Amino acid sequence: MMSSLLDGHLTKIVLVVLVATVVRWCVSLNSHSGQGKPPMFGDYEAQRHWMEITVNLPPKEWYFNSSANDLQYWGLDYPPLTAYHSWLCGMIAKFINPEWVALYSSRGVDNPTHKLFMRSTVLVADFLVFFPAVFAYFLYTDKIKFDKDRTIAILCCFLYPGIILIDHGHFQYNGISLGLTVLAVVFLSTDHDLLGSMAFSLALNYKQMELYHAMPFFCYLMGKCLTAEKENWFFKLAKIGIVVISTFFLCWLPFLTSAESALQVLHRLFPFARGLYEDKVSNFWCTLSLVVKLRQMMSREDLVVLCGGTTLAALLPSSINLLRNPTIDRFKLALVNSSMVFFLFSFQVHEKSILIAAIPVCLLLHERPFPCFWFLLISTFSMFPLLVMDGLVVATIATGLLYFTIATSNLDFGPYTSYFPGNRISVPQERNDVRLLIATMFWLSLLGSVVLAVASLTLTPPKKLPDLFPVLISAYSCCHFVLFTLYFHWWQFTCSSSETMSKHRVSARNEKKKRT
Amino acid sequence: MQNVWGIAAFVTAVKILLIPTYHSTDFEVHRNWLAVTNSLPLSKWYYEATSEWTLDYPPFFAWFEFLLSHIAKYVDPQIVVIKNLNYASHATVLFQRFSVIITDFVYIYAVKEFCEKCLRPVKRSPEGDVFSNSVLSLAVLMIGNFGLLIVDHIHFQYNGFLFGILMLSVVRIYEGRNLEAALLFATLLNFKHIFLYVAPAYFVYLLRSHCFQNAKDGSILWTSFSPLRLFKLGTVVFMVCGMSFGPFIAMGQLPQVISRLFPFKRGLCHAYWAPNFWALYNVVDKAAHITGTKLNLFPSTNSSQSAVMTGGLVQEFNHAVLPSVKPIATLVATGLSIVPALFLLWRGCYGPKSFVRCLTLCAFGSFMFGWHVHEKAILLIIIPMSLLALEKKRDGQLFLFLATTGHFSLFPLLFTIAETPIKIILMLVYTIFAFTSLGEIFGLPRRGLCLPLLSIPESLYILGLIPVQLYCSVGHSLLRLDEKLPFIPLMLTSAYCALGVTYSWLRFYWLTWKDICVEKSKKRE
Repeated sequence: MMSSLLDGHLTKIVLVVLVATVVRWCVSLNSHSGQGKPPMFGDYEAQRHWMEITVNLPPKEWYFNSSANDLQYWGLDYPPLTAYHSWLCGMIAKFINPEWVALYSSRGVDNPTHKLFMRSTVLVADFLVFFPAVFAYFLYTDKIKFDKDRTIAILCCFLYPGIILIDHGHFQYNGISLGLTVLAVVFLSTDHDLLGSMAFSLALNYKQMELYHAMPFFCYLMGKCLTAEKENWFFKLAKIGIVVISTFFLCWLPFLTSAESALQVLHRLFPFARGLYEDKVSNFWCTLSLVVKLRQMMSREDLVVLCGGTTLAALLPSSINLLRNPTIDRFKLALVNSSMVFFLFSFQVHEKSILIAAIPVCLLLHERPFPCFWFLLISTFSMFPLLVMDGLVVATIATGLLYFTIATSNLDFGPYTSYFPGNRISVPQERNDVRLLIATMFWLSLLGSVVLAVASLTLTPPKKLPDLFPVLISAYSCCHFVLFTLYFHWWQFTCSSSETMSKHRVSARNEKKKRT
Repeated sequence: MQNVWGIAAFVTAVKILLIPTYHSTDFEVHRNWLAVTNSLPLSKWYYEATSEWTLDYPPFFAWFEFLLSHIAKYVDPQIVVIKNLNYASHATVLFQRFSVIITDFVYIYAVKEFCEKCLRPVKRSPEGDVFSNSVLSLAVLMIGNFGLLIVDHIHFQYNGFLFGILMLSVVRIYEGRNLEAALLFATLLNFKHIFLYVAPAYFVYLLRSHCFQNAKDGSILWTSFSPLRLFKLGTVVFMVCGMSFGPFIAMGQLPQVISRLFPFKRGLCHAYWAPNFWALYNVVDKAAHITGTKLNLFPSTNSSQSAVMTGGLVQEFNHAVLPSVKPIATLVATGLSIVPALFLLWRGCYGPKSFVRCLTLCAFGSFMFGWHVHEKAILLIIIPMSLLALEKKRDGQLFLFLATTGHFSLFPLLFTIAETPIKIILMLVYTIFAFTSLGEIFGLPRRGLCLPLLSIPESLYILGLIPVQLYCSVGHSLLRLDEKLPFIPLMLTSAYCALGVTYSWLRFYWLTWKDICVEKSKKRE
């Protein structure tokens, strides 16, 4: 594989990386969340504030409220790895210009040079974690036969607008946690279960939102242990357990000095004191609130129980299926399903959390381009109100157009090819009614998104309903997401236990050859 | 990307991404022209001088701004107020940027027409991706031209639209619709008069192939002269110019308009020397002066004056050792450099391709020897030359060499930190694509360190651009020379590129001459 890459495709891979980089850099020239909006600013200031706190205070004070560390002002509420990363970036910032991370006085620092610094830390994170992980994934996946398709798959993954806009526009470091998860998938698919568990533990320790993926990891590894033939199942499980526990132990080491300190960190990570959902999210509860005002009918504690119960119940089908058939293909689909269930039903969901489902879908794009592409477009659209607030409309249009052009003209849509004008990747097949219906729905769904987006930008909503368009957009996306969740479940359940099946096919073919 | 529209959509998306980048004073220039044409009557357009950026393009461009301004005032009424100097609200930026992006579709359409109707590639096959299919590759090379991207969509100008008219007129020439070509070119001249530089090629070609006919061996048939055709051509050109300048002649403002269009007050070279003959001339002068001063050959009074040559001021200055250059000298030199090209076109006119060659040579001549040449004028050479790049290996090879050198010479145009990664990456993307694609299309195996298609010295020269850029962006300040010798990076870039451009010019002349010899011998057989 490597040698064929080095032959003729190296230059094309270089081009892919360059294009992905320049797109990210151009997006980063736009405004970020909370730019010029005192007193709280936005996620950009949160990340900068964490650098300020971690550089100036000893680790044991990071998560505690104190005169130096006002937790009401963007208190650290991510796991330790984020804190260490902030510390590292903070030290570099301090080296370049100490004023950027000076205690108190640096609050709301925002000048072009500082912005350049912050933006480049995200780009560096992408170079170090996200890009290599995606590369490794597409190098080792056995679903791609030709180098050209591999290049296209990598390009489409790098140019997915959602993560570019949130990380390089809005400002977050999702590339790190999601990149670590992708890396874990690579390890698991190459049978390095221990390394995989470690990579995923690191992802969890970077961002607790990765819990959305925890269930598939657990079920896959558990199922694999139980069906292991060569090894004692308990032994295998114990090894994985030790790796996970020791990774966690190392990450949490500075905070394990006392039970109180460890509990405080935990308390910061899971703030149930917040609401059912933030702003307008395209999940089940937010959409349901159009009809039933749950928040007025139930107490917060009851809501937490309701959400938890629903999520667990919805999580069961895909988990049990995976536990019983722990194949890597089902595992990848279970990642999508589990994160979609969390997104739709869990408590305190952000619109950005759709990325946790979208990145695993990016990894499946080359397998079934049509539904995955559709999902990825809608997932970006579902964040539109947030992107508008951040002043990223132009960047959204640009990255969206770029992605749409690249994908529609380069992906192999198989039977749907004839419904994509200008796509000549595979031979157009005969049109039939079902396909026509589905393709029409695809184009109508896109048209609907565009109309909603344009309307939300140009029309002023009636005074009684100031949130009309964000609500419409989230309800519209939510309907899509529910259907997509069902579809991905169906895909997981009908997924052939590929490894054994393909072996059967090969042996059957061989037998046929022998006979003839 | 399987068709030209796909490529156009891709490049358009990149252009939209570039909207928040830095824009130069040209942004304010065009904003001011919107205001001038919107708020003043025609008679005052070329007299208005509130802003220092007075209207200095021909009337059609003013009318173009007039049209735009009537849309602009709905976007933000403040755009069209003359007193709002340096006005750049969010809406203004969006409006101006999108006006460039949308008018670029003229260029995209022209490129599509050329690729589909006029290109005769080495192998014509509908198969292949953007790398291996000639039509698609040329579309990427032209629509995604690095120079146009940074000059129009970062620096801010309307070249895409203007080159669109030029390319459309070239397409018409390929199709044999000469009158339409003349009409389009005359219109273009009245949009931006810098295209006067290539007018001789049009004049000679239209006279030769529209008013005369060829004998069987390709030589001219003097008896076939058609006065009617000449009259038609003349009428078309005069009508267009009459429409443009007529009102100003009627108002007796022609001298004022002309003085705005041709400001000879400026210096021999732009603040940053365009990489041409005069850049080399300046370097030699400077070197001679430094050695001379060290050897105490001259009194040291001149030193302060020559040190400011590249200090960023547009002004006349005197050379220290070599004779100073007067505008008339550059005019003569330009004329002399163009005459052989015109002569070659007249003697061996073998269809539109000879015309494109002559067009390129005219642009080359004016770039090499013109008065106050801007570095951006290199596009006037690169874009016509790319029309030839996909047909013959030797032309493709020279195109790769010149495009890379010429695009590199545009780097000083963008000097802000945030835009530096963008210009470097876009340049790399364009260059790597061009080399890979032409390498695949002309099907040459790679040899060692050589770049596809290039010879060893050429490859070394192109790879040498990397250390030059490293020195300019990092090395110079590391050596702490930026206060003592601030002009060195610009001078180095300019001189290094001037060598490459001069080489390309000479080689292109030679290739054209050889081409004609080959064609002639073919016809005789």
